[in-house]
Amino acid sequence: MPGLFGVLFATARRDLTLVWKRPGDSLNPLFFFAMVASLFPLAVGPTPEQLQFAGPGVLWVAALLAMLLSLNSLFMSDFEDGSLEQLLVSPQPLVVMALGKTIAHWLTSGLPLVILSPVMALAFQMELEVAGVLMVTLALGTISLSLLGSVGAALTVGLHRGTALLSLLILPLSMPVLIFGARTVSLAAAGDAYSAGIYALAAYAVGALTLVPFATSAALRISNS
Amino acid sequence: MWTFLKKLYHQLASPPHFYRLSPTFILWLAVPGYLLILYGTIAGLVYAPVDIVQGERFRMIYVHVPAAYLSMMAYMIMAIAGGIGLIWRLKLAHAVAASAAPIGMAFTFLALATGSIWGASTWGTWWEWADPRLMSELVLLFLFIGYMALRGAIDDTTRADKASAVLAMVGAVNIPIIHYSVEWWTSLHQGSTLLKEGGSGMQDTAQLYPLLAVIFGFTFAFGAMLLRRARTEVLIRERRTRWVKELVLSNEGDL
Repeated sequence: MPGLFGVLFATARRDLTLVWKRPGDSLNPLFFFAMVASLFPLAVGPTPEQLQFAGPGVLWVAALLAMLLSLNSLFMSDFEDGSLEQLLVSPQPLVVMALGKTIAHWLTSGLPLVILSPVMALAFQMELEVAGVLMVTLALGTISLSLLGSVGAALTVGLHRGTALLSLLILPLSMPVLIFGARTVSLAAAGDAYSAGIYALAAYAVGALTLVPFATSAALRISNS
Repeated sequence: MWTFLKKLYHQLASPPHFYRLSPTFILWLAVPGYLLILYGTIAGLVYAPVDIVQGERFRMIYVHVPAAYLSMMAYMIMAIAGGIGLIWRLKLAHAVAASAAPIGMAFTFLALATGSIWGASTWGTWWEWADPRLMSELVLLFLFIGYMALRGAIDDTTRADKASAVLAMVGAVNIPIIHYSVEWWTSLHQGSTLLKEGGSGMQDTAQLYPLLAVIFGFTFAFGAMLLRRARTEVLIRERRTRWVKELVLSNEGDL
């Protein structure tokens, strides 16, 4: 039998291969992020001051919504074709497999957002250093969001009216990530010290990485009982 | 004493015994609870001396503080009962968790509403986003809404119980983090009135006693409401069992 890292790697690789075969699905949230972020200047106003003021918050909310949008598919297709049950009955620890799937989810939905974010930051008239801070906060924040979202996705998998419910469950829980993320970028944009927020985001991500897979695997077992 | 408590615990954990014994507990909670609320509200809203700084507005504290404290208490009961139900598979614990949610949501709403009305006249604003307590309370409301939405979306009661218990526990871990994440901003909410360093901030006993009375009164009343709901919940959940059928037949519909 493969070791724990073998299981983690195999689960993640399987999901990544599936995404690779149908890249369109995982690109949709990315386009969604870009479009929502482009809507705000139209609504808020196009002057550089307005954009600089609204930028951190807008980009963070857009990223949060894009992550939320991508979460639906985390366990859905596996649930529909029965491979989720195969994972549940397999002798390998479900915690590790849930973590593997979440890692694959972050790589296909969180990481593209992080890579795209400097471009959007420049569109919002941010300075290069601030764009870097945005990238770092998004990288740490989307890890937490992927993990938190995996609990919600596991709880609502197989429910027909899952989409709206998933948002209802996840959005309140993701508030600290949003606060720390957007606030840190705002502080950086204003020229203040911003490292505390990055540390807090990192701490949150590490804490979530440690604890959340257990909740996710418990939720998966409950949803499929 | 210990054997008595142990016996009581085991009896209470079984639905028929809980159903049979709970009216006594409800009575013992409800009577002192509502008497304390009656005394606290009359003494607090009518007779307590006016606050020097805040004037008559301070009387909002007699509803706001108990409601805010019970909203958090209800969430903790919901999460702990859910955890007990999940770990020890106690059916009654899930019934208690399910009953705590709507009451907790009502108290959360009450705390937000009274706080908002008080804030409008004292701070000059109905809502202050940068305040940790306001935000935590709002998130608490959202968590209650999400919890009840998840319960409502799952048809199978056993599955709904377990799934919502996981959600409640994840939320319970997150609430302190949410609180401190907002505290990172500057706080506008005044500090705790009762629990201050160097004794209570409320020196006048004519103000303090009614507040203590409503806090304990609300708590007892909450316990009575919780047990009353849990009783009904147990009856609904056990509707296919023999003891409920016998109960219904023996009472001819008069429960």
